[in-house]
Amino acid sequence: MNEVIGETKTATMGAREYLTFRLGQEEYGIDILKVQEIRGYEKPTRIANVPEFIRGVVNLRGTIVPIVDMRLKFNCEKAEYNGFTVVIILNLYSRVVGIVVDSVSDVMELTSEQVRPAPDLDASLDNSAVLGLGSVNERMLILLDIEKLMAGVDMGLVSLGA
Amino acid sequence: MAEGYQESGAGDGLDLTQFYQIFFEEAGENLDQMEQMLLNLNLETADDEALNGIFRCAHSVKGGAATFGFSDVAELTHQMESLLDKLRRHELQPNPLMVDVLLESADASRLLLARHQTGDTSDPPSTAGLVQRISELASGSVPMAAEPVVEVVPVVAAPAAPPPVAAAPAAKVPKVAASSRLLEVRLGPLERGEQADGVKDLFRDIVGLGRIAEVASDKPEIRVFKVRTTSADDELLDLFVFHVAREQVQIQQLPEEEGSVGWLDLEDPPAGAPVAPAPGYGFFENAPGGFDTAPAPAPAKAPAAVPVAARPAGGNAPAAAHAAQPEAATIRVAISKVDQLINLVGELVITQAMLAQNSQALDPAVNQQLLAGLADLDRNTRDLQESVMSIRMIPMSIVFSRFPRMLRDLASKLGKKVDFVTQGEATELDKGLVEKITDPLTHLVRNSCDHGIELPEDRLQAGKSETGTITLSAAHQGGSIVIEVRDDGRGLSREKILQKARERGIEVSDSMSDPDVWQLIFAPGFSTADVVTDVSGRGVGMDVVKKNIAALNGTVEIDSVVGQGMKVSVRLPLTLAIMDGMSVGVGEEVYILPLSSVVESFQVKDEAVNTVAQGSRLVKVRDEYMPVIELEKVFRVPRHGSDKASDIMVVVEAEGSRVALLVDELLGQQQVVVKNLETNYRKVPNVSGATILGDGQVALILDTSALVRRSRH
Repeated sequence: MNEVIGETKTATMGAREYLTFRLGQEEYGIDILKVQEIRGYEKPTRIANVPEFIRGVVNLRGTIVPIVDMRLKFNCEKAEYNGFTVVIILNLYSRVVGIVVDSVSDVMELTSEQVRPAPDLDASLDNSAVLGLGSVNERMLILLDIEKLMAGVDMGLVSLGA
Repeated sequence: MAEGYQESGAGDGLDLTQFYQIFFEEAGENLDQMEQMLLNLNLETADDEALNGIFRCAHSVKGGAATFGFSDVAELTHQMESLLDKLRRHELQPNPLMVDVLLESADASRLLLARHQTGDTSDPPSTAGLVQRISELASGSVPMAAEPVVEVVPVVAAPAAPPPVAAAPAAKVPKVAASSRLLEVRLGPLERGEQADGVKDLFRDIVGLGRIAEVASDKPEIRVFKVRTTSADDELLDLFVFHVAREQVQIQQLPEEEGSVGWLDLEDPPAGAPVAPAPGYGFFENAPGGFDTAPAPAPAKAPAAVPVAARPAGGNAPAAAHAAQPEAATIRVAISKVDQLINLVGELVITQAMLAQNSQALDPAVNQQLLAGLADLDRNTRDLQESVMSIRMIPMSIVFSRFPRMLRDLASKLGKKVDFVTQGEATELDKGLVEKITDPLTHLVRNSCDHGIELPEDRLQAGKSETGTITLSAAHQGGSIVIEVRDDGRGLSREKILQKARERGIEVSDSMSDPDVWQLIFAPGFSTADVVTDVSGRGVGMDVVKKNIAALNGTVEIDSVVGQGMKVSVRLPLTLAIMDGMSVGVGEEVYILPLSSVVESFQVKDEAVNTVAQGSRLVKVRDEYMPVIELEKVFRVPRHGSDKASDIMVVVEAEGSRVALLVDELLGQQQVVVKNLETNYRKVPNVSGATILGDGQVALILDTSALVRRSRH
């Protein structure tokens, strides 16, 4: 796992494309290559005794895919589900995971100059999962190492020891 | 050796012929694989993995051949196996002679198998020479086999083979000639031009292969030949790879020319003499006419249109090995393609369900045609889904039913008395799994009979009935399929295994736990048999069993009691299995119960339920008290609106215990495709998997064993 993360970090040196999305007031960016597709939200099948941000599982063309609500995970003020709610389907470590976000903004290319190291954040997310801060025309993007974030133990997406 | 095998095919009550096709396919694959591995074998630094692999191929073919009573193949492969066994034990150093003889034996096995497949009853080609050579090699002496390739002749050519050269196809076996083809063979790019000479020699050395002549090539590193042969392309390729790599060979069919066949009669053309270039083939016309009437019809037809299967089956034609193979009645497809198909059909079903739902509001009078179309779509979709699903699913009985005969023969050969019992034959298993589990099971059953069950007199002495019992069972258990092979034989001997392990230099201690000791028998080449028989005892088997099952993400457990017997449990995950499920509603949610574990369901009356300490409840069902599990609480199902209390109970049985599950409603029974949650998520307590309902929603499949265990705490 460490290797993969190392690779991700070095790769950020060059220009990379990021898919940006909004969670509450914040704008985040994730490596576009990890994104499989973007879908509308459909009610997942609930799984008992899991953290609230794991909404359950949905059927994605025959594949059972867990759905994580990033807004709940990042303690956003509100997490509404309506016709505009977006699910980003990610392909991580040959696993498929869906994340719920408020909206998807666009795809941006950032050069390494546009990415600054992240300051210490007092947030619900592990600092090491933040690759850095990207700035584009006064907009600030929080670049996430989505693979690392999703593989984290606190996400409970993977069995321990697996 | 051969006396030991029964020469018979079908009969004895059970019709084994239904499995012939599978065996022929498998044996063909094994022989192909063996050939490939032999060809890739680096003689100086042959690695164990490769040698073990080749050995396993030979072993599988032998096992199957013996099972089905093809004694000639079994005998030949048994010899090969003996030689290979010495190689993999490093008792002998592999040399080119061995590879040659093994390749020839593989070819001979193919030929023999093809004869069995087509039911050819003519005198089989003798393999005595090969057997002799193999045993010489295996004994360490080096026979002076001059030209290995020439040695193919006694094998491939049947005793009544037509005389060599020109005669071959013409007068004696006109049918073969009728399907002779004119080919252009391009060899190259070659590092050394002489490599191609070896190919030319093949035609000189192998009787009936055909004729070859060199044609001028446009590039120096590519040599071009014209070949007239009755052999299939594959067969030619197989021969050519003795000299050149497969990728370097291009075979192309040339159009037939009237009278061109005469070219076949050309004596060896002078080396390097350029033969007329392709267009026209003028030189054929005036060539000596060795062929007259017989082949004439052939050029008239488009040779390419002559299907392979239409060729004369068997016969004495040496080329029959491949030509004789009838067209396969089945095709083999990659599992991934079927998986994709299943997923796509699943999507289609969901789309169809959505359309059906949306169309309900339409006015039937106005939209009559549309609705009729949707109704058709509905039916077709369901039929399609069923067909696609059925591609993968086969009942275990397909596997199980091949054992009675095998055991019968085996028991009589070993002088034992064995009863064979099967349970759970209807358990449907993914075809991919079935195919992969068949071999390990065969080994296990064979081992049980050979090592486990004692001789009748020993059994009587031990106070047991004369007849031993081998039980093979399959069942869904929780999130797995468990296949068990049980016997009431002598069980494993701890001391013997430890002793063997020490002999083999495996680190062991006397204080090891029994399960750890039993695991030792999975080491490659490990055998507790005192005598190596043709049935088992070479240690092949258990390591393969373990390897194959591990490859399926499964586990093997051994339970053994000395004098009482042994049980091998193979636990396989439900990667993709269809099962009958009962869907139950709890609140707004739907859960699936494996129908196999459902005993009964009933509406509960308050007075039947008793509360015991800590709030757990018991229900009395026909004088039996069983724990009640409220699914609503276990899965924390949210309740909206009116507080309707569940009042339906489903009694499920797992691991020998029963519990009553409290649910809101019974929704129905259906076949469900079991999907693994762990693929993208993780293990969920009390849930064995998930499935997709008709409306596209995911429903969780309950792990009844886990629920039963839960109630015990």
